[in-house]
Amino acid sequence: MKTRRDFIKISAIGLGATAVAAGAAKAVLGSSLFGNDSDNETDTLRRVPTYCEVCFWKCAGWAHVTEDGNIKKITGNDDDPQCNGKLCPRGTGGVGMFSDPDRLKTPLIRVTKDGKQTYREASWDEALGFISTKMDDLKAKYGPESMALFFHGSSGNHFSHLMKAYGTANLAAPSFAQCRGPRDVGFEATFGESVSSPEVTDIRDTKCLVLIGSHIGENMHNGQVQEMSEAIDKGAVIITVDPRLSTAASKSKFWLPIKPSTDIALLLAWIHVLINDELYNKEYVSAYAEGFEELKAHVKNFTPEWAYGITTLKPALIRSTAREMANAAPSVIIHPGRHAAWYGDDVQRTRAIAILNALLGSWGNRGGIFFKEGIKIPEFPHPEYPKPAWSWKELLDGKYPLANEAVTNSVIEASFPSNGKEARIKGWIISGTNLVASVPLKEELTKAMQSLELLVVVDTMPMEITGFADVVLPECTYLERYDDIRATSHREPTLCLRMPAVEPKHQTKPAWWIAKQLGERLGLGAYFNYKEYSEVLDWQLKQVGSSLEELQRIGVKKSSRKTSPYIEPGADHQFKTASGKIQLFSHEMAEAGFDPMPVFTQHPEPQEGFYRLIYGRAPMHTFSRTANNPNLVALMPENSVWINPQVARIWGIKKDQYVWLKNQDGAVSNFAVKVRLTERIRWDSIYIVHGFGHHHKPLHLAYGRGVNDTELITNVMLDPIMGGTGMRGNFVTFLTEDPRKEAEA
Amino acid sequence: MRYAMAIDTKKCVGCSDCVVACQTENNVPIGFCRDWVTETVDGTYPNVSIELRSERCNHCDNSPCVRCCPTGASHFEDGGIVLVTHNKCIGCGACIESCPYEARYSHPDGYVDKCTFCIHRVRKGENPACVSVCPTSCMYFGDLDDPNSEIVNVLKNRKFKALAPEAGTKPNIFYLT
Amino acid sequence: MKEELFVSGRNIPNIDPYLHIWHWQIPIYLFLGGLAAGILFLAAVYTILGKDKEMQATVKWAPFIVPFALIIGLFMLFLDLKHKLFFWQLYTTIRLESPMGWGAWVLMIMTPISIIWSASYIREVFPNWDWKFKFLYTFEAWVIKNRWYIAWPMAIYAVILGIYTGILLSAFNARPLWNTTILGPLFLVSGMSTGAASIILMSKNHEERRLIGRLDLLFIAVELFFIVHMIMGFLAGSQVQIDAANLFLGGEFTVPFFVFVILLGLLLPAVLEVLELIGFKVPIVIPAILVLLGGLIFRFIMVEAGQITRYLY
Repeated sequence: MKTRRDFIKISAIGLGATAVAAGAAKAVLGSSLFGNDSDNETDTLRRVPTYCEVCFWKCAGWAHVTEDGNIKKITGNDDDPQCNGKLCPRGTGGVGMFSDPDRLKTPLIRVTKDGKQTYREASWDEALGFISTKMDDLKAKYGPESMALFFHGSSGNHFSHLMKAYGTANLAAPSFAQCRGPRDVGFEATFGESVSSPEVTDIRDTKCLVLIGSHIGENMHNGQVQEMSEAIDKGAVIITVDPRLSTAASKSKFWLPIKPSTDIALLLAWIHVLINDELYNKEYVSAYAEGFEELKAHVKNFTPEWAYGITTLKPALIRSTAREMANAAPSVIIHPGRHAAWYGDDVQRTRAIAILNALLGSWGNRGGIFFKEGIKIPEFPHPEYPKPAWSWKELLDGKYPLANEAVTNSVIEASFPSNGKEARIKGWIISGTNLVASVPLKEELTKAMQSLELLVVVDTMPMEITGFADVVLPECTYLERYDDIRATSHREPTLCLRMPAVEPKHQTKPAWWIAKQLGERLGLGAYFNYKEYSEVLDWQLKQVGSSLEELQRIGVKKSSRKTSPYIEPGADHQFKTASGKIQLFSHEMAEAGFDPMPVFTQHPEPQEGFYRLIYGRAPMHTFSRTANNPNLVALMPENSVWINPQVARIWGIKKDQYVWLKNQDGAVSNFAVKVRLTERIRWDSIYIVHGFGHHHKPLHLAYGRGVNDTELITNVMLDPIMGGTGMRGNFVTFLTEDPRKEAEA
Repeated sequence: MRYAMAIDTKKCVGCSDCVVACQTENNVPIGFCRDWVTETVDGTYPNVSIELRSERCNHCDNSPCVRCCPTGASHFEDGGIVLVTHNKCIGCGACIESCPYEARYSHPDGYVDKCTFCIHRVRKGENPACVSVCPTSCMYFGDLDDPNSEIVNVLKNRKFKALAPEAGTKPNIFYLT
Repeated sequence: MKEELFVSGRNIPNIDPYLHIWHWQIPIYLFLGGLAAGILFLAAVYTILGKDKEMQATVKWAPFIVPFALIIGLFMLFLDLKHKLFFWQLYTTIRLESPMGWGAWVLMIMTPISIIWSASYIREVFPNWDWKFKFLYTFEAWVIKNRWYIAWPMAIYAVILGIYTGILLSAFNARPLWNTTILGPLFLVSGMSTGAASIILMSKNHEERRLIGRLDLLFIAVELFFIVHMIMGFLAGSQVQIDAANLFLGGEFTVPFFVFVILLGLLLPAVLEVLELIGFKVPIVIPAILVLLGGLIFRFIMVEAGQITRYLY
């Protein structure tokens, strides 16, 4: 039994490098002497409906296909309220996902040749046979629960279905514990439901938008960006709390350059001002909330003066911003953000945000947070799933009582033997997530991947994670496949179709096909009772009064709402909490042994010569996913480290110089990163965009460009409430010489 | 008729969608671009301001590139759109030198290339690709001679500026500030 | 601190970070054009003055270089073109506003004139030369008879060509370093100076060398005056022009400009020529070669530095 997995570079078998240089011949010959002058003939293009897979916003659009079967461009679908006909740069640049010469092309199987591990190309039949034999074997030896799925994006649905049919409920998405989990749990504890995805924030009609570490405009969550722009046009006040002058901050009336990790102090001070100065929405609070008196007593001492010492924000500024919010109420949004796993007390921070929204009466009011409505797509008929004997919940051992989705870190920790306990998880399927970059627990992840008996990676690109797989399955891109109907619950119920614009390139296959093939080989054919996925979609659409044919034609079908998006005046609205009231004081949290109301805790601060590592997004990339996309690499080939010029002067660091970063635990960045000297950041922090610094050579464009912040996140602050992995408690310093060179010398 | 563009720096987030949209719409080879986004940061922390601008050929009224072209490849189309006829261009580079906006480049196929205001779309009554894709709707394209156009309206009601007016080319891209 | 950056990662070959669309071909083209103008001008002037017997090198030998210089110059222009197959369109269009067009046409006219001029002297160099056809002999006789009349338009065209080499650059308002009307006269004088230097190199007659050497001193003095005038003009101009002048006054082109152009290309040859005039024995080849090199480097520097100067970013 092989237990140790060497990391294999897929280039070892000579894939990839075949690329490029198609245009070279043309460049030599020059354009034709008498040729057609127009380089943008658009009349002959065929339009195929799709929705985007470059990020989770999933905007609906059209792929424009040329007569010779190439995708020329992708544009938004005017009828989709998520995008209003306008895709973001990543969506427009989605063509690069399809045309990327570095794509995975054939199934690969790990073999040992001359004592060295390598991949060899395999047929689909062989690769799928290998996996199903192994999965049958694991089921017989350890039970089906020993398999786990890590997923992100649309393909995950197909594999989730397979895994449930197989008999496991260990389905973990890094988007929970590493990203939006704390926010969702915090809002569920307060309002009884989360703000969903896409968020149900009524930015379009708001009078005051408060952003706390959320950088709309740099995160291109399309609908939100569009609505923020509309709000700017309408003169809305924007208040941005960020240690960095984000793009949104530059468009704000108030920028609060807070000392990082002190957000809860600011939020408590705001709550204090609203209550103490009686600025809160009294009518709303008395009608819909409970626990106000406890809250009032709790925040009594959390004055702006108290917060000043912690946050470095002037009391007058805290007061005036609180007043701005109150003036706009209830058309005010304290934005819940999205990536919320910061300091390990993140559920409490998002609770404070939720409480602020409650005090201002924003949930259920125009310009605040609206009630979503959608169409439920029925499941295609299949036998009932077997009931797993145990699930990820058991792995928690009573930890993280409020976790309502699988916690990736716990599943990872259960995948290797520790403290004399045998590993309970023995096999992984990973679909659409580059775990080594998305989960900060490098050591645990490595141990787990070396202990597993089966590791399958399904991806479109040779991401780092593929190098650890036993079998790599090349999936086709979203432009070449059917996926589930996007049935969005938001302002308006919307159905969107994704269908193949062109045939899959190389030997790639759609996820539904891979799942179905595996299912059939595992004797689960009854769960995949169709030949083509289009049959499933047509059946589902007919159940909701449409058809595949209709959606193939129009791409997006909107229906009108049946319920009001806001609380009707005078109506007795019941929130989805146990009592039907907003929980300013959370009994649920109290019972689970946590603070029922948010409390500020001091977090460690950087030592001299170190700076807090803040990471974020750039509008032209979706982290690793687009790091090798030729169209987007052209816009932003590498990340840079933002350093305040004052700091740089101390270090003698110049603009555009390359430096290495080293963190508090001695972890050093794989590559050097370019310095951006900018006044847009505090003196005690540095900033880098996440998703760069790839060390897998088959990613020809992404390799060696910039640094990967995940390598520098070795201190993970776990949220005891739901297992979120707080990643902002890391501090870095600069190395101006290549540390590896020194080590060699 | 006088086509022009007004771009709202207060709304632009610098996402560069205009650049990708232009690239796919006009088959601009990767590594080249007909439009681009610049950022100017001014001030000292914490009193800092940013201006983001999507830039491209200014389709100047007084176009040095048209003037200096030895073959007439660079020329005016209806509405003042400055265009390069590929098969007339000899690639001498004079127009590239003449442009104070660095808006032209030498296409790998030899001819000089630049923004066309997506004339193939404009003739069909559509907006240029960059304008039509902008998620923040910060760009306005239209006819300055039409008093009812949106662009005339925003230019009437907002403060605006043009880039390098001192170069004397009478540019037609305006930035709302 | 003020920051200016491209958010969309613009990095176009030969455009970013600095314009570099004209490479070595253009300065050579300008240098050869100036040189040809200088020689032809002097040849024409001395023909008009009736001194063709005393000034053999000026009128007869040096002009033999000119057709080669012009053809190589035109070839340099051709090399610069990126869409070469369409070259012919330079001559199917007349665009009076285009300096590039002017150059192509002026060279097109100058080249045949220079060939005819030299051809009429070819049997003096190679007495055994045979024109093969009778009409060529007739034509030769006609040219020789009318040299004095041909010299007039040749002198005028030579001045146009010389000025043109400067105007090609100065017509670009977008390049602040080039955008000065003094560049035309400056390149003309510089061209005269390089033309004079080549004549000195070819002349075996001491008196002729002395005369042309004196003329060259005059050219150098005027050229220096124009350069000072140019820099003063920039410093009195707008910010972009001040920035342009600063490339030579402490900026990255300071050393090459002052060492190779001013010192070695102008001042040192001037001093050497003065020394010779007042009787010291100086090998005349040295100042002549220095002038030629200085002229070439001057054009390289102007083309390179000019492309760095800009309005934005």
